[in-house]
Amino acid sequence: MNWLADFFGDPSHWSGPDGIPVRLLEHLEFSAAAFLVAALIAVPLGLFIGHTGRGALVVVVAANAARALPTLGLLVLVVLLAGVGTVLPVLIPLIVLAIPPILVNTYQGVRGVDADLRDAAYGMGLRGRQVLVRTLIPVALPLILLGLRLAAIQVVSTATIAAFVGLGGLGRFIIDGLATKTYADVIGGAVLVAVLALAVQFAFVLLDRVAVSPGVRQSR
Amino acid sequence: MSDEPLIRWDWIARNWANGGPTAISALLENHIVMAFLPVLLGLVVALPLGLACARWRWLYQPTAALMNVTYSLPSLVLFSIFLSVTGLTRSTVVIPLTFFALAILIPAVVDGLASVPDSVRQSAVAMGFRPARRLLRVELPVAVPVVLAGLRIATVSSISLVSVGALIGQGGLGNLFIDGWQRQFYTPIVVGIVLIVLLAVLADGLLVLAQRLLTPWSRARRTA
Repeated sequence: MNWLADFFGDPSHWSGPDGIPVRLLEHLEFSAAAFLVAALIAVPLGLFIGHTGRGALVVVVAANAARALPTLGLLVLVVLLAGVGTVLPVLIPLIVLAIPPILVNTYQGVRGVDADLRDAAYGMGLRGRQVLVRTLIPVALPLILLGLRLAAIQVVSTATIAAFVGLGGLGRFIIDGLATKTYADVIGGAVLVAVLALAVQFAFVLLDRVAVSPGVRQSR
Repeated sequence: MSDEPLIRWDWIARNWANGGPTAISALLENHIVMAFLPVLLGLVVALPLGLACARWRWLYQPTAALMNVTYSLPSLVLFSIFLSVTGLTRSTVVIPLTFFALAILIPAVVDGLASVPDSVRQSAVAMGFRPARRLLRVELPVAVPVVLAGLRIATVSSISLVSVGALIGQGGLGNLFIDGWQRQFYTPIVVGIVLIVLLAVLADGLLVLAQRLLTPWSRARRTA
């Protein structure tokens, strides 16, 4: 606990370009960028595959394989190949990491919608895209949100490692602390990231409450 | 930098088994121990805990919430926190990874037991199975597919996550990433990624095989 007091009690940690507010903002900035790009790719693709059933096997196999990819290795390789010092290469492994959970859960959410429900929607005269937007997406929403939540947490966690290749963010406290054996910084940074990850988790629980239709929630 | 090839085969040949602690084969061995030990420990702990949660349902909510919180913590964060307790040892990686394995395995055991159809359970009772024997001979075998699905995820994530331990000097093959980064040298990084993915694919394949051997009835049903 002494370490925590050392870290959070030090006024120099609260201002300047390497203070907690700036680092937190950096962390949120590139996490959000990677997450948004991944969601923009994976949600439409997952909806398409779930709705049409095309390419499902490829997606499931590829997503499983992607889980095995060591992020640290990918990060180091991409940054070395692309050149050190820019943000863009660091985003690539984060995006690669975030796509599988969103894709698989979106696909499974749409696929798992009760066939009777789907037929009923067609029976009421809805067309293909209307069925997707008005029936399949609302019913699949809990799973889609689960995928987005898992991806967001992974991105926020892994963005910590990005400090190793020279990027800012909260990981700086951990990586620099390890390098200089300043354990107060390591623990302080770790606690900050943990709180951020829990906040993301909590935000998605709230989003779930607001966005999922009461009828769908009841049937769960 | 641009004329450096992605792979230098002679470097691999020289460093595969040079006898030192940084030989690729030594790192691989280390990696295997640090990746599988947490899954094994996790399984040993998750089985009784999962059984308890399935037996006393009120236990499950708080356990699941706790596991959910654990799982959302970044691996580097847990490594850093344990660093102050266990120092620069393998335990600093193995203990947090055990928690991650638990977070996947406890729900898997509970869901697995919940997947046993009531008709099966009642048949076993009617056939005269006592609770303990019913659990061992009927419920656990029927739960195997769900438990193994969790075990597969836990194993593959564990294999991949060990490499993050390289940031605190205990990363098995992950050390190759640090080495390659510091020397701006692609080969160790590529070797590390390829070996980790191969290890994960191999372990996953073995678990799929184990599932086929442990649940012969699911195959019989398919061919029937």
